[in-house]
Amino acid sequence: MLQRLREDKALQGLLLIAPTLLWMIVLLIIPLILTLVVSFGRRAPDGGVIFTFTLDNYIRLLGLQPDCLNPFACFDPLYVSILFRSLSLAFNTTVIVILLAYPLAYFIARAPHERRNTFLFLVLVPLWTNFVIRVYAWMMLLRTQGAINGVLGWLAGLLGIPFTPLEMLYTPGAVLVGMVYEFLPFMILPIYTSLEKIDPSLYEAAADLGANALKTFWRVTLPLSLPGVVAGTILVFVPVMGTFVVSDLLGGKQVILVGNLIQRQFLDARDPTFGSAASLVLMVLTLIVTLFYTRKFGFGKEIVV
Amino acid sequence: MNPHRRSPFVVVMTVLVFLFLYVPIFVLVLYSFNASRTNVTFEGFITAFGPLQMQGSLVVQSPCGPFHWFCDLTRNQEVMTAARNTLTIAFVSTLISTLIGTMAAIALQRHEFKIKPFAQLSLYIPIVIPEIVMGIGILTLFSQVFTWVNTTFNLPPDLRLTLGMGTVIVSHIAFSVPFVTLVVQARLQGFDPSYEEAAMDLGANELVTFWRVTLPMLLPGVLSGALLAFTLSLDDFVITFFTTGPGATTLPIYVYGLLRRIITPQVNALSTVWILIVLAAVFLIQRLENRERA
Repeated sequence: MLQRLREDKALQGLLLIAPTLLWMIVLLIIPLILTLVVSFGRRAPDGGVIFTFTLDNYIRLLGLQPDCLNPFACFDPLYVSILFRSLSLAFNTTVIVILLAYPLAYFIARAPHERRNTFLFLVLVPLWTNFVIRVYAWMMLLRTQGAINGVLGWLAGLLGIPFTPLEMLYTPGAVLVGMVYEFLPFMILPIYTSLEKIDPSLYEAAADLGANALKTFWRVTLPLSLPGVVAGTILVFVPVMGTFVVSDLLGGKQVILVGNLIQRQFLDARDPTFGSAASLVLMVLTLIVTLFYTRKFGFGKEIVV
Repeated sequence: MNPHRRSPFVVVMTVLVFLFLYVPIFVLVLYSFNASRTNVTFEGFITAFGPLQMQGSLVVQSPCGPFHWFCDLTRNQEVMTAARNTLTIAFVSTLISTLIGTMAAIALQRHEFKIKPFAQLSLYIPIVIPEIVMGIGILTLFSQVFTWVNTTFNLPPDLRLTLGMGTVIVSHIAFSVPFVTLVVQARLQGFDPSYEEAAMDLGANELVTFWRVTLPMLLPGVLSGALLAFTLSLDDFVITFFTTGPGATTLPIYVYGLLRRIITPQVNALSTVWILIVLAAVFLIQRLENRERA
C-alpha cells in the first residue's frame, strides 16, 4: 500500500488536492446547485422553502404575475429596473475606475525602480483598509454637516458668498463615488503589473521608427497593457454588481441594487426562493458580461496580484 | 526617448488620484481625535490631561488627553469581543487554508491526475461570481442541513446546530483557499527542479528532499499566501454577514451595525487602529517580497 503511494504520482496528486477539492465542492458547488433548486421552490409561510418546481420566482423577477394573462396590463418594472440600475452602475463605475487608475498605474510603472515600492505601498494601504471603514469615511465626508460641506462653507465665507450645504449623502452620486473609491485599487494593481512587463526596447523601437509619444502610447503601450485592464475590469465589475454595503450606507433607501434586493429577501422579507432566483440571475448576468468581455479581449493572467 | 519622462497630464492625474485615495482616510483619522462626542463637525482636539470633564457634548479634559476615544474603545466590551472573534476566525481559517491550499498547489503544479482541469476550474469560480451569491448559497446549505439534523435527531436546544464561529471559519476557508493555491502555484512555476534532483542524487529520499529543499524554497510563497488569506479573512464582510450567528460578531459586522444607528468618534478610533495595523502588515509583506526577489 505504502509502496504504491510512493510510486503512483496520480494517486499522490489526488490525495494532495482532496481537502481543497472537498471544500470547493461542499461550500461552493453544492451551495450553487442548492440555490438553483431553491429558486424553483415556493416560500413556506414560516419563511422556509417548499421544494417543488415552479417558475413563479423568475416570472416575478421579469415583472409579470404568474396568473396574469395579459402581460402588458400587469407588467411591473420594479425588479427589471433594479437589475438595469445595477448593470449601469457597474458599467459606469468600471469606466471611471479605468480612467482614474490608468494614469496612476502608468506613473508608477515609469517611476525609478527604488520608488515603485513606495507608490505601490500607497496603493495597497487603502485596498486593505476594511471595506466598511472606507464606506464610513465617505459618510463623514458627504454628510450635510460633513467635511466637504464644512470646507465649502468655509471657502464661501472667505469669499462672502451665501452658502447652503449640499445634500450629497443618500443620492445615486454618493453610491457611485463610494463604489469608485472602494474598487479603484483593484484596477491600479493589474494595470501596473502589465505595464511593468513591457520591454523598454519596444519604446525605443517605436521612437526610432518615428512615432511620437502619443502614437507610441496608442500603438504600443495601450495594446500591451490590455490584459491588465481586462483583469482589473473583472475584479471591479463583478463585486460592484453584488455589493450591498455601499448602496445601503451611502444610498439609504434611495438606491436599491440587486445586492440589496437579495439581502432583503433573505433577512427581512424572508423569501429565500425569490432571493435565490435573483441571486442566480445576478450570477448569470455577471458571467455573461465577463465571458463576453474575456472572449473579446483575452483572459488576463494578471487577475491574481 | 527617456523612459522616465513624464507628461504633465499623468503627473496631475496621479496627484489627484492619490488625494482621492487619502483625503477620506485623513478625515477619518482626524475625527478620531474629535473633542465632540456627537462627532458631527470637528470641534478641535482634546488638549488637557486629567479627570474626565465634559462641557455639553464636548470633552474638555480626559485622562488620555487627545487619545480619549482610543482609551474609551478599550473599555467597550462589544468591541473587544468582536476583535477577539475576528482574530480567532482569521488565525484558524488562515492555518487550514494555507495548509490545504499549498498541498493543492503542489498537486496542480507537480502531478498529473484525471480531475485536474475540473479542480483548477473550481478555484476560479470564487473570483468570477459575486460574493453575495456565494454567501447566500452557503447560508442556504447550512440552514437546510442544520434544520434537517436538528429535527431528525430531535436535538435538545443546547445541542442544536446553529450558525456561529464554526460556520464562519469554514466559509472563510472556502474563499481563501483559491487565493492561497493560486499564489503558491505561481511561485512553483518559476522553480528550478535541479536543486531537488541534486538532493536526490546525493541520496536524500523524497520526504527528506521535500522537507530540506522544496519546502524552504517554497516558504516565501506559502507565507505570502498565508498573509493574503489572513487579510482576506480580517477584511471580509459579505460572507461573514450571511454565515455568522449569535456570539460570532466580527469587527466589520459590528461597525456596520453601528453605522446604521449612530456615529461616534469611537468608530473613528477603531478605524485608525485598523489602518495602523494595515500599514504595518503591508510594510511587512513588501519587505518579505523584496527579500525573496533579492
